[in-house]
Amino acid sequence: MDLELNESEQAFQAEARAWLAENVPTTPLPSMDTPEGWALHQEWEARLAAARYSVVSWPEQYHGREASLIEWIIFEEEYYRAGAPGRVSQNGIFLLAPIIFEHGTAEQQDRFLPTMATGERIWAQCWSEPEAGSDLASLKSTARRDEERGGWLLNGQKIWCSRAALAHWGFGLFRSDPDAARHSGLTYFLFPLDAEGVTVRPIAQLDGEAGFAEVFFDDVFVPDADVLGAPGDGWRVAMSTAGNERGLSLRSPGRFTAAADRLVDLYGERPDARVADRVVDAWIKAEAYRLYTWGTVTRLADGGDVGAAGSVNKVWWSELDIALHETALDLLGPDAELESRWLDGYTFSLSGPIYAGTNEIQRNIVAERILGLPREPKGAGR
Amino acid sequence: MRFELTEDQRDFAASLDRLIAGADPVGVARAWGAGDTAPGLSLWRRLADQGVSALLVPEEAGGMGATPVELAVAFEVLGKHAVPGPWVEAAAYLATELSGEAQEAVAAGAVATVAVPPHTPYALDADVATQVYLAGSDGLRTATPDEQLTSVDRTRRLFRLRAGGIHDTADRAAEAFDAAALATSAQLLGAGERVLAGAVTYVKQRRQFGREIGSYQAIKHQLADVRIALDFARPLVHGAALADDVDRGRAVSAAKVACADAAYRASRTGLQVHGAIGYTEEFDLSVWITRIRALVTAWGTPGFHRARILQSLTATPAGAR
Repeated sequence: MDLELNESEQAFQAEARAWLAENVPTTPLPSMDTPEGWALHQEWEARLAAARYSVVSWPEQYHGREASLIEWIIFEEEYYRAGAPGRVSQNGIFLLAPIIFEHGTAEQQDRFLPTMATGERIWAQCWSEPEAGSDLASLKSTARRDEERGGWLLNGQKIWCSRAALAHWGFGLFRSDPDAARHSGLTYFLFPLDAEGVTVRPIAQLDGEAGFAEVFFDDVFVPDADVLGAPGDGWRVAMSTAGNERGLSLRSPGRFTAAADRLVDLYGERPDARVADRVVDAWIKAEAYRLYTWGTVTRLADGGDVGAAGSVNKVWWSELDIALHETALDLLGPDAELESRWLDGYTFSLSGPIYAGTNEIQRNIVAERILGLPREPKGAGR
Repeated sequence: MRFELTEDQRDFAASLDRLIAGADPVGVARAWGAGDTAPGLSLWRRLADQGVSALLVPEEAGGMGATPVELAVAFEVLGKHAVPGPWVEAAAYLATELSGEAQEAVAAGAVATVAVPPHTPYALDADVATQVYLAGSDGLRTATPDEQLTSVDRTRRLFRLRAGGIHDTADRAAEAFDAAALATSAQLLGAGERVLAGAVTYVKQRRQFGREIGSYQAIKHQLADVRIALDFARPLVHGAALADDVDRGRAVSAAKVACADAAYRASRTGLQVHGAIGYTEEFDLSVWITRIRALVTAWGTPGFHRARILQSLTATPAGAR
């Protein structure tokens, strides 16, 4: 058991650190959920891609550098330590791309991955529906076969679609076989958000910005070439993204250890004995998350998978994110209500226990799949 | 980078687990608390034969020359089975602090104990120890047991000490304290795991309102939170075991705070889901509930360890944390 990086990993770390020190914008970019901030974030993605830092773990042909999982985490740690901007393309890179690599055809990989890597085409996640949040199996939006044109007609409504207000393409599940059981008969589609029949209605979030949107589908045609995986197999395909989202990919520890460092600095500037223990606890939890992730990486490198442990992870990072930011706001005292990076981070953190499967759902998964507790009987509120 | 136990380390844990599980550890602990120390001393001997006392002692002094990771592995198993006796005092603190013949005796399995005021003011099981010490700023003194005190954990037989002469001025007190706090953290982790396992078994059997209580979300979520807390405490223990001299104190304190929180949460939840039966002394859960409560404040209270972390963090520039 050890925590030591080997020589090539150390070299990778030094190179990334140097590049980031040279290239990270010195003033924070405006919010990516505003048109001007969006454009600047896309420019940043292009700059990352040009240096082959936008998707370090991808194959070289798609702008990656075939970095190992360890190197990916090293890069993420350096990225957040350097105070680099949030990733406007993260839904695509972290949620969709693993699915395209696993289930996509070679043609789809060549068509979709390069522009995702450069930030030229930004993807929105369109999963939830008004009547189906964490319970994805109860989706009602439909896909009807159009044999004549060789594709499908999408109808229905998606909601809470992250980045959809400004994004170019979306990905989501539609019910393609109305007679099949809940988890069967779902198909995974990719579609342009400016296609005929698509209406995007931005929804302002708590911070007043349109980070997500409702998307309406009215006989939207999607060719067979834009179906991901086999028709009817969408549930299985989507579940591999759910694991990624809850597990490692979206929430690398670098983000939290960097925030914990800033919290300690804030405490140094504004010491307050009444908040001291919470500063320490937040730091401990970020440190625990960092170490826990190295354990996960070791298991993955040995051929294991994240599985239900992704739910353990998700509850932890989402609550940690809130604790870090709430503690910072308490240190800021009366200034806490004023616009600040801490306040932005706080507002964002509030969504953590809600999205990617609520923490109530995650706790059920931990209890049932890890502890082996019995499911609630049908009709007992599920 | 391989932040997982090695096969040897897992085998070591499994062999200790088998040995202790086969020795009726709860019976041993209850007897120990009632003053019958013979079964406990017999178990002590068998664990010492497996090298538990000798882990941190260098090979040239008759020890195993193992790393703090093996220490953590062993103490998690001791905590899981609520093994009684001054194990932290002997195998962690004194194995680190002592030198010469006294250290060799500890490595060979002598029952030794120590009080380290202010954090550990009373000596555990001083009446059965063949070596008793009192740590002070001027070094380690030999000592003799005085008045016996009553711990919340009946299996912790605590004594005030009468100080004797200076035995050793070894300057490894800080390292020894961290070894003891690390071992205590690992014990808490093992105890928390044991309480969670017992609670999970119970809620799958116990039925109310026509179904297993473990199918109720109110029960599930509490136990899930215990699982999550323990899962994130363990890497801090292993991280502290691997820490270098510069980071060791802070890493150990983080492990102690997290393990105390996680185990205490386990004990409160374990009691709650068992209901009144969990509140009885007769039911074995009581052994762990009281042990955990005692270990939360042993070898540095959470308040002390948090203050030590904060002091270290604010004294270190961001880039070097």
